[in-house]
Amino acid sequence: MINDKPISRFQNDSTMMKNLKVRNTTQSIWFSIMWIAGFATLVVLLLVVGYVIVQGGKVINWEFLTTPPRGGLSGDGGISTTLGTTVYLVGLTLLIATPLGIGAAIYLIEYAGEQGLTSPVMRVVISITNFAVETLAGIPSIIFGLFGYALFVSTLQFGWSLLSASLAGACLVLPTIIRTTEEALLTVPDDYRRGSLALGATKWQTLHKVVLPAALPGIITGIVLSVGRIISETAVFFVTLGGSHRLPTSIMNGGRTLALHLYYLAMDTNAFDKAMGTGAVLVVLIILINLSINVISTKLTAKVRGG
Amino acid sequence: MSGRMVADKTVKYILFISAFLSIVIVLAIAYFIFRESIQAWTEIGFSDILFNKVWRPGQDQYGILAMVVGSVAVTFGAIVLGVPLALGSAIFLGEIAPKWVQNILRPAVQLLAGIPSVVYGLFGMVVLVPIIRQIPVKGNSGYGLLAASIVLAVMILPTITSIAEDAIRAVPNSYRSGSLALGATRWQTITQVVLPSGRSGIIAAIILGVGRALGETMAMIMVIGNSVVFPKPLTANPLTLYLSQARTLTGNIAVEISYATGVHESALFATGVILFLLIIIVNASARWLINRQSSIQTTRQ
Repeated sequence: MINDKPISRFQNDSTMMKNLKVRNTTQSIWFSIMWIAGFATLVVLLLVVGYVIVQGGKVINWEFLTTPPRGGLSGDGGISTTLGTTVYLVGLTLLIATPLGIGAAIYLIEYAGEQGLTSPVMRVVISITNFAVETLAGIPSIIFGLFGYALFVSTLQFGWSLLSASLAGACLVLPTIIRTTEEALLTVPDDYRRGSLALGATKWQTLHKVVLPAALPGIITGIVLSVGRIISETAVFFVTLGGSHRLPTSIMNGGRTLALHLYYLAMDTNAFDKAMGTGAVLVVLIILINLSINVISTKLTAKVRGG
Repeated sequence: MSGRMVADKTVKYILFISAFLSIVIVLAIAYFIFRESIQAWTEIGFSDILFNKVWRPGQDQYGILAMVVGSVAVTFGAIVLGVPLALGSAIFLGEIAPKWVQNILRPAVQLLAGIPSVVYGLFGMVVLVPIIRQIPVKGNSGYGLLAASIVLAVMILPTITSIAEDAIRAVPNSYRSGSLALGATRWQTITQVVLPSGRSGIIAAIILGVGRALGETMAMIMVIGNSVVFPKPLTANPLTLYLSQARTLTGNIAVEISYATGVHESALFATGVILFLLIIIVNASARWLINRQSSIQTTRQ
């Protein structure tokens, strides 16, 4: 598209040519450095992912995945109960965060505009809400943990439990769900809304029969992203979930997720091989999640372009 | 007909409440963390918490200065190591890389961002710490600021790369065409036109990286050694500061909160308040820069 070599009108002017040569050499050197930087990033990723998967792969077998950890300082056993706890926690957290996040996004995109037009008070409330979502997205997870510990574990006396952890986790993933849902709603063309309203549908009918189905792939991306976030999160659950290696039998029981199990193995035991195995399982899960997000968003772009 | 209308109105209020909840959560976080820290501020005192170098809960000494220095030192290390690589990758992705390379590198950066911090921590413990332990300095255990800085640099790399790339891509193409038409090389265009115009966004990316670095917890606990000493160079060479063990603000909270009680617990919440304020300042300045960037670009276009 753009020619790399600038054309000089003064082809015969030797200083000009020299200058051009210097500039082109400088460019080649810096471009090589930038290639190296890009390549280095790739190498870092391959190094970490490759090492964890190769080393961790050595201990992964059916038995590792299906036996519970023995607990204590030995690090013996597998990871079955931590897999179970992870699934419970992801489910419970999303159960809380998804409706709230999607609801908030719908309000901010579909209703806030008209409300802001009619009332200056609402305009202020809405801009504060946006600020709050931004702030939530930037708060480090240990602060969510502290908050969860102060409110859910101590004040409300839920103790170290799935309930405390999922409530704190819901606060953590809420901004992710709100932001991705907002983006998904913004990609739905306004014509869809006008068409439906013109047919006599109410605003809500328009939203849940026309707009939401069209925005669904984007909304699902947000939920999948949140699943990844909860699977990888440790700090929040470290201070709200307890750390029992048993499978919780109710939402008032504590437990440990895969990531927490990795942490306990690495810090309290010498079972680095088992920790690597757990890490490999985590990395594979995250790779699968990223792949599915890419598949969904490719479909989404294709659909938007097609429509 | 009226049933539909009632449903329409009800839904609107329900949705409003879920949107409003974000404000409630932010206020609740601020309220609870501050409320739990009041005991520490009143019983220990503001200046003793902030400026006392000694944290020894057994002897009622609750100074967090050592942890502030630990957090700042490790963040600085991560920025020095991570920012050149991140900005290089961002420029590469935004301006130089052919499409097929972008299609490999961008998902790679995305994956780097998704890997759990405990996995980075474990990699640091198993791979980096033994290597660093080889450095022949007395008292070097391998665990410490250097290992933590390297781990943290990798963790902030994707944050800075993707936001800086966005800033670079937001620079209008007409700027590039104009510069190239004047006879500038592509590299001159990048350094003298693209980067200056994207400056606010790029700085914001680095600041957000700082925010991410200050907030990182578990990976830091795993590789930094966690001893509550004031980080000092191990020998006369000031660079050996980075071989010293340390503890971060975040690590201090996570390690001790599960067994702390009374004023000790409150002091941990006070640590949280300091961290919370730091992060709010850092993020607000990044957001201000990003907004400024987009307003500059809209007015110029």
